[in-house]
This record gives sequence, C-alpha cells and structure tokens, in this order.
Amino acid sequence: MERTEAELIAAVLKGDAASFEPLIEKYSPRVFATARRYARRESEVEDIVQEVWLKAYQKLKSFRGEAPFEHWLMRLAVRTCYDFLRSHQRNRESAFSDLSEPEDDWLERFIHQPGAVREDADAAQQLVQRVLQQLSPPARLVITLLEIEDRSVKEISKLTGWSVPLVKVRAFRARAEMRKILAKIAKDKYL
Amino acid sequence: MKLFDLQKKLIAVARANPPSDRVPLAFEKRIMALITGRPVQDIWAAWAKVLWYAAAPCVAVMLLFSGWAHIESSKKNETPTIDLAQQLDNTLLAAVDQSNDTAR
Repeated sequence: MERTEAELIAAVLKGDAASFEPLIEKYSPRVFATARRYARRESEVEDIVQEVWLKAYQKLKSFRGEAPFEHWLMRLAVRTCYDFLRSHQRNRESAFSDLSEPEDDWLERFIHQPGAVREDADAAQQLVQRVLQQLSPPARLVITLLEIEDRSVKEISKLTGWSVPLVKVRAFRARAEMRKILAKIAKDKYL
Repeated sequence: MKLFDLQKKLIAVARANPPSDRVPLAFEKRIMALITGRPVQDIWAAWAKVLWYAAAPCVAVMLLFSGWAHIESSKKNETPTIDLAQQLDNTLLAAVDQSNDTAR
C-alpha cells in the first residue's frame, strides 16, 4: 500500500532516509519547472534543484505539516532561485547590440503588425529571456511570479518572505525597470 | 511603438511558453546518493572534532614550555641567582614593604 506524504515525512524524520525518494520523484517536475524560469543552462538548473532537495532534507524538521508539503517545498525552491539570481547578477547581459536576426525580425513585425506576431515563436521567447536577464534579481522574481505565473501579492509574500507592501513596491519598481529596458531596445534599434 | 504594448506582448509570450518540467533520468537516485553519503550534521560531534584537532598543537606547546622551563631551572641551579618569580614578588610587594617601613 502506498504511504501518504505525512507518513513518508515522519519516516524520514525518524531516520529512514529512503522514504525521502518518493517525495523527490513526485515533486521534482515542479521544482525543475520553477528552476528553469530563472536559469538558462541545464547544468545550472540541475544545481538549483539539487540544492533545493538537499535543503529540504536538512530542514525537514522545520516542516510543521500545517500547510501542504508542496507549498513548503515551493517556498524553498523560490528562495533558492532568488539566491541563485543574486549570486549570478554580474552575469546579466549589458547590451542589446547582440540581438539575433530572428529577434530583430520579430520586433520589426511587432512594430508594424502587433496583432499578427506569433507568441510561440522562438525569437519571441529568446527576446523575453533577454529582457528578463537584464532585470535585477528582485525585479525578475516579482515579474516572474506576479506577471508570468499570475500569482497574487499575498502568495508572493508567502513564497519570498517579503512583506505585502514590499512586494507591491518591488512590483512597481520591476515594471518600471522592465519598461526602461524595453525603451533601451527601442532606442538602440529604431530611433 | 508603445512600450506598454511590447511589455504586455512579451509577458504574454512568457505565459504562453511555460518551461519544461522534464526531470533528468535517475535524478532522484543522484539526490538520494548525496543525502545518504552526507554525514548527519551533529554540532557536538563537530565541536569534539575541533577540540581533537586542537589537542596536538596544545600538547606540542606544553612540551616546548616544559622543556624550556626545565632547561632554565637547570641553568639556575648551576648559577644561583634570584629567579624571575622572586623578582616579580619583590617588584609587586615593593610598595607594601615601603609602607611598612614608613609606618615604623
């Protein structure tokens, strides 16, 4: 008979490390999807997910079972991703001079026919990644959680550990930061 | 070009293309190997380890001072003079001696 999450966690806490494996199997897809929002290289993604699971194992005692294990784990994942962004913020690209030709084409088409450009185009996805990489770590986290994942301010507050007013302030600043980056694209390419 | 529209479009692009949730083959086995291979963190064990590492230098310092003290004492036995402890006593008690003298 399959054991419940609570039983697995209790067994791990009693010293049965093998009971942790079903939890890794169950939740790794979600943790990988989260990590891929913040890291591009697959090796970096794997490092982040590995760190999340090691932290989860070490801090399992602090899981009180009041909220679902998934929520606790996702908090850990988001905070680990934020730490990753902060430690790699020097790698943020500094210029848009190296926009690829397809990206240029996509932008060009967007300018002339905004409704006609495809959202699933590779060029569009690359451009989004390029813009997100330019954002500061808090701005990228807020834009990802609030705008892309469509989470509420309260949810973001719980995930990040920031207060609700701080999330609001950071969201306001993040949108302004993103517009500034987009203005730079427009200036560099079309003015 | 309206920046707001571009921003909205790019957000829509990001929403329309969620990242893959693919997990590398046998990833959970890799994590389990790391977890089981990692020693359990025990603060007292770590403290005992540090103390154990410190024991050798402490013994070495103790032996050095013992040797030095032994050599010094054997030298003094050859040429009897007032030793350091006696000199320290004299210096510290000089004020008391003086006050005793003046009291008389």
